[in-house]
Amino acid sequence: MARWLARRLLLAALTVAIAITLAFFLMRLAPGDPLSRLGDERPMPAAELAGLRARYGLDQPLLSQYATFVVAATGGDFGRSIHYGRPVREIILDRLPASVLLGGGALLLTMLGGALLGAMQALRRDSPLDRTAGVVSLAAYATPSFWLGLVLAWLVGIEWRLLPVGGFRDPLLAPDAPWMTQVVDLLRHLALPLLTLTVVSIGAVMRYQRTAMLEALAQPFVAAARARGLSERRIRWRHALRTSLFPIVTLLGLWLPVLAAGSVFVESVFAWPGLGSLAAEAVGTRDYPLLMGVTLLVAVLVVLGGLLADLAYAALDPRVRPA
Amino acid sequence: MSPLLEVRDLRVTFPDRATGGVHPVDGVSFELARGETLALVGESGCGKSLSALALLRLVPPPGRIASGSAVVLDGTDVLALDDKSLRKVRGRRIAMIFQDPMTSLNPVFTVGDQITEVVHAHFKVPKQEARDRALKLLNEVGIPDAASRLDAYPHQLSGGMRQRVMIAIALAGEPELLIADEPTTALDVTVQAQILELLDQLRATHGMSMLLITHDLGIVAGRADRVAVMYAGQIVEQASTAALFAKPSHPYTQGLFASVPRLTGPVGHLMPIPGTVPPPSAWPSGCRFRTRCPIVHARSAEMPPMLQVGPEHSMRCWLAEDQQ
Repeated sequence: MARWLARRLLLAALTVAIAITLAFFLMRLAPGDPLSRLGDERPMPAAELAGLRARYGLDQPLLSQYATFVVAATGGDFGRSIHYGRPVREIILDRLPASVLLGGGALLLTMLGGALLGAMQALRRDSPLDRTAGVVSLAAYATPSFWLGLVLAWLVGIEWRLLPVGGFRDPLLAPDAPWMTQVVDLLRHLALPLLTLTVVSIGAVMRYQRTAMLEALAQPFVAAARARGLSERRIRWRHALRTSLFPIVTLLGLWLPVLAAGSVFVESVFAWPGLGSLAAEAVGTRDYPLLMGVTLLVAVLVVLGGLLADLAYAALDPRVRPA
Repeated sequence: MSPLLEVRDLRVTFPDRATGGVHPVDGVSFELARGETLALVGESGCGKSLSALALLRLVPPPGRIASGSAVVLDGTDVLALDDKSLRKVRGRRIAMIFQDPMTSLNPVFTVGDQITEVVHAHFKVPKQEARDRALKLLNEVGIPDAASRLDAYPHQLSGGMRQRVMIAIALAGEPELLIADEPTTALDVTVQAQILELLDQLRATHGMSMLLITHDLGIVAGRADRVAVMYAGQIVEQASTAALFAKPSHPYTQGLFASVPRLTGPVGHLMPIPGTVPPPSAWPSGCRFRTRCPIVHARSAEMPPMLQVGPEHSMRCWLAEDQQ
C-alpha cells in the first residue's frame, strides 16, 4: 500500500510538472504578451515599454524565464499578477472559496442526484418515467452551459425578478448583517449558477448510472440474493447499487477540477468571483503569472482526482485493493 | 405421508413473436418426499434449470409461470403467495445453490457478510449470534481456518471453497429443501466428488430433501433416490434410481446411458445421440424426441402421456404400451 501510494504520488508530480511546462510554453507561443495591450489606450514610448518588459523579465530568453519560474514556484512563489499587481497566491486564495462553493456544490448535487435518478430509471426500466428521464437527461447533456445560464438569468432574474443574476453577495447588504441574512443572501446568489452547472452535468451521470445499474441488476448474484429471500430493497440498494458505482467514481475523478476552475462559462455569465472567471480574465490580459498559478492548481486537482478515484475504487471493490 | 413438495403441470411461458409464446418448461410434474433426493437429469436446454427457478418464482422476465401450474410446498401453493410470504419460503424453506459460485456471490462483500445477511433475513438474532452461526456453518461445510475466512472476499477463495460458501449460505436459512443446480459443473473434477459428498452428508444430517439438477448421469447413481429425465421441457422418464439404471426404458434415456463412458464391462464405442435439443420454438408436434429417436414409434405424431413401465417407473413413450 505504501509503495503503491509512493509510486502514484511520484507519477502525479511528474504529470503536474509536464502539464505546467506545456502550459508555460504554449502560453508564450500565443500572440501578444501582458504588455502588448498597454499601447491601446494611449501611445506609449518604446523606451518606457522596454523598461516594463525588463521589469517583468519578459525580455529574457524563454528558457531563462522558464528556469526563473520553476525555481520560484518550487519555493511556493508564483510571482505577482501583472494585471492586478498583487501576489498570484493571494489572488487565488481570495477566489478559491467561491469556486469551491459553486464547484463543490455542483459536484455533490450532480453525483448524488445523478446516481439516484439513474438507479431509479434502471429500476423502472422502460416505464414512462424512465423514458421521460432519458429524453430530459439527453437534452440537459446537450445544452451549452453559457446558453442555459443566460436563459435562466434572463427568465428567473430579469423577467420574474426572483433571484439575483450575478455576483456573490448583495452590494447593499451591510457587512455586519446577521449571519442568517448573509447565508440566505449567499444562497440566493448561488442558486442560478449552481442550477446551471448541475443541469448541464447531471445528464451524463444519469445515463452512466442507469446503464451500470441495469448491468448490476442482471448479475447472477442478484438472482442468487433473491433466491435467499432477501428483501427487494436490500437487493437493489445494497447489492446492485454498490456494484454499479464504478462509472460514477470515474466521472467524479475526472470532474474534480471543476472545484477550482468551476466552469469558466458559468462563472463568467453570472459574474461569480471564482477561479474560472479569473482564468478567463487572465487569458484576455495575457497575465502570465496568474495563468500559470491557475493552471498549476487545475493540474494538481486533475491528478488528485485520478488518485482519489483509484482510492474510491479500492474502497468499493476488494478485488482492486493493492496488496 | 404427504410429500414435502408437489409440482403439478408446471409450465413456463416466454413470449415469442412467431408462435405467440413458447413453453421451455411444458407440463412438468413430480413429487419430492421429506429426506428424499430427486435427480433432474437432461441435456442443456431441456428446461431443468428453469424448472428449478420456477419453484422459487425466479423465472427471469419476460418469462412467466403459466396459470394452471402448481408448486405445493407442504400444503401451501408457492405460486399463490404474496411477496412477503414468498420471501419466507425463499432461502428459509427452499434454498438454492447455483452452478457458478463466482458469479453467484457478490464480489464486494465478505463471506461472513453474505452468510449473516441470510441469517438476519430469516431469524431475529443479535449480530454476534449471526456471526457465530456463520462461523459454525463455514466449519460445517469443511472450510479450513473458518474464523479468518469470515472476513475473506469471494475472489480470495478457490472455486471449491466458494461453492462451499454457497452451500453454507444455503444452509443459513435451515431449509427443508435444497435445490442444487449443477453444483459441480464449474469445478475441477477432483473437487466435484468432495462437494457432492458434502451435499449428501449435509442432506442427511439436516434431514433435508434435495433436488439435484445435473446433465451428468454419472453423479446420480448412489446419491439420488429417484431420477426424472427431462427432454424438451417435459419429464420423459421417471423411476427409482435402481430401476432406471437397471432398465433405462425411454429411447432418450437409453441414448444418455450409451453416451456415458463406463469403467466396467466390455470396451465399446460411445454412442452419442445425434443432433441437439431443438429450441422450444422448433419442437415437433407429438413426441418431442421423434426427430432424434432411433426407433420412431408408429404413433409418434401423437404426444404420448406418462405410461407405466414398472412399479414406480413411468415414461413418456408409446413403446410402454407395446411392452404391456
